[in-house]
Amino acid sequence: MAKERVAVVGVGQTQHQATRGDVSMAGLVREAASRALTDAGMTWQDIDAVVVGKAPDFFEGIMMPELYLADALGANGKPLFRVHTAGSVGGSTAIVAAQLVQAGIHERVLTVAFEKQSESEAMWALSMPIPFQPPLHAGAGGYFAPHIRSYMARSNAPDHIGILVALKDRTNALANPYAHLHEHEITFDSIKDSLMLWDPVRYAETCPSSDGACAMVLANEAVADRADKPVAWIKGTAMRSEPTMSADRDPVLPRGGSDCAADVYRQAGITDPRRDVDCVEMYVPFSWFEPMWLENLHFAPSGDGWRYVEDGVTQMDGDLPVNMSGGVLSSNPIGASGMLRFAEAALQVRGQAGEHQVDGARTAVGHAYGGGSQFFAMWVVGSDKP
Amino acid sequence: MVRDVAVIAFAQMPSVRAETVLNDVEMLMPVIQDVRRRAGLDQQQIGFTCSGSTDYLSGQAFSFVSTLDGVGPWPPIQESHVEMDGAWALYEAWVKLQLGELDTALVYCYGKSAPGPIHEVLSRQLDPYHVAPLWPDAVSLAALQARSMLDAGKATEAQFAEVVARSRRNALNNPNAQLAWDRSAADLLAEEPMVDPLRMSDCPPISDGASAVILAAGDRARELCSRPAWIRGIDHRIEPMALGLRDLTVSASTRLAGEKAGIGDAPVDVAELHAPFSPQELILREALGLGEHANVNPSGGALAANPVMVAGLTRIGEVAQRIIDGTASRGVAHATSGPCLQQNLVCVMEGEG
Repeated sequence: MAKERVAVVGVGQTQHQATRGDVSMAGLVREAASRALTDAGMTWQDIDAVVVGKAPDFFEGIMMPELYLADALGANGKPLFRVHTAGSVGGSTAIVAAQLVQAGIHERVLTVAFEKQSESEAMWALSMPIPFQPPLHAGAGGYFAPHIRSYMARSNAPDHIGILVALKDRTNALANPYAHLHEHEITFDSIKDSLMLWDPVRYAETCPSSDGACAMVLANEAVADRADKPVAWIKGTAMRSEPTMSADRDPVLPRGGSDCAADVYRQAGITDPRRDVDCVEMYVPFSWFEPMWLENLHFAPSGDGWRYVEDGVTQMDGDLPVNMSGGVLSSNPIGASGMLRFAEAALQVRGQAGEHQVDGARTAVGHAYGGGSQFFAMWVVGSDKP
Repeated sequence: MVRDVAVIAFAQMPSVRAETVLNDVEMLMPVIQDVRRRAGLDQQQIGFTCSGSTDYLSGQAFSFVSTLDGVGPWPPIQESHVEMDGAWALYEAWVKLQLGELDTALVYCYGKSAPGPIHEVLSRQLDPYHVAPLWPDAVSLAALQARSMLDAGKATEAQFAEVVARSRRNALNNPNAQLAWDRSAADLLAEEPMVDPLRMSDCPPISDGASAVILAAGDRARELCSRPAWIRGIDHRIEPMALGLRDLTVSASTRLAGEKAGIGDAPVDVAELHAPFSPQELILREALGLGEHANVNPSGGALAANPVMVAGLTRIGEVAQRIIDGTASRGVAHATSGPCLQQNLVCVMEGEG
């Protein structure tokens, strides 16, 4: 039984900022969804089903908020589905939505992910006392800092690599009108001099807390072939999960991430990721995750990820641009952050990325991860029909 | 082009009022082990894993992350989680198997309703700006629905009591039930209302529980199970949350999901309906076109055990198990979510021969 081909035919996102006090949660998701529908040349009536994703409900203090959002998302009488796979959720939500089309169940699916972090204090929501684990960390940065230290020790990476990543991503964000942070005065030294939060992670190497939403319209081949604008064909999707606690686990270069990448490249016919992929949106909430994921996702040989950063390979004008949108380091509505990576990859191969467009991008990778580097979601999109 | 997918194994933990010794992971692990043993599969032979739960019961962000460890996901597995009843986790797994790349799936769900005041916790689902600040509890909302049934002349309190009497009498034969007894409807009607017009007996027990299902496709299902419970149709629909936007005496989303799932294609001999409050069974029967003689909730249904996030998948499991056992040939299972039957899933299953 052949899977249906699926394409991204519409993309929408909100203005991301620390507090979107001008909109309710319903207003926030509707802003992104309306823009995706407009981009797709569709109306609410054209949509067969809605798939919603977000990170923990405690971030807004609403239990299963998709129930309350059903009418704002035009889901009356339709299937509405809610995914939650930790930080990877924005990516896995898009994958679940794509599968509804691949399986031939629906023709047009709206998928939406959001977070309104201003409703709560995510840092402390991320610092919960897990049974049997000492409450040693405050916020995700405290959890991940030892992983980064371990990476630096293993790879002999020099201290300034994280600063280079932060400078690149925040500079890229200046070309993205939707990005939360637009730091026009940023320099290498301003990052270096920023407060050390979780050594070696400085304040300016850390993602912001954002309110924001992202939405996409996914459609089958018959619909995509009639689209007015270029579409992004989905060439592969993959998810992998691994345990929180296992003696076999390497949280620095996790096998789940490596397996996920290998699976999605196989589906997309990618044999040499560095050569075959034109640009990447990867989930980098703390600067050092760029070199770590470059290795984990098979773009760089083990131990060489930081050299790519130092050599400028991942710059906008490098041969493998990474996080052209400014990435998670410039906008982090947590539940939406994974979908933003997937959506930005789609915008690139559609040629719709505006000022942060990579010239001639035909194949792009979207990546998201979550939990303690244990949940992974990826897709490959391309401008050519698979 | 629908691929044949079946429930081939079901396991559940007997529901209890409060599981105070075991944590969520410890509570779930025996159920996972039981369902895999019944299917004859270990975790590495399972293609896809999907679970349903909510952080609002565990009182902890990312609670499902810990429970995944109970599955033993190493080497890394293909896995997903929904913040929904396990019935929707089963839906995602069914979709995944439709793609034709994987042949088996593990679906599980768990929920402890007891640690917090569940009927107030559920009010955290409501419109956060206009309704939730008033803390309307789940029993009061169900009572509004019951009242609208009475006001519309669609049911009587005696009919509510008959649903309760039959459900809890059926539960006497269900070793996993939490609340079972043999009392007449007349006896129940003598109770004082708790939240008028609902009596305590019209309401579900507060339950901690867990359940799990194994799905398999095509020939793999036939290899692993002598009589698989084939999913002939599965669909889910939602309505607006606001009670003022809905006619509470009917369930339009259940009716639509039932039509899409093909419930009317042939008679059903068993139905398991997720109706936590007795009047809701009457609404669901009408929406699904179930006649007076259909065998509804032989397990006792949610009135006998109502672990939140679990009771829906358990309905699917209860129907599937009867087909697997050969005591039923065509059945329908239903799951609900949200206040007053806002969101509903219908799954039609059949045995072969």
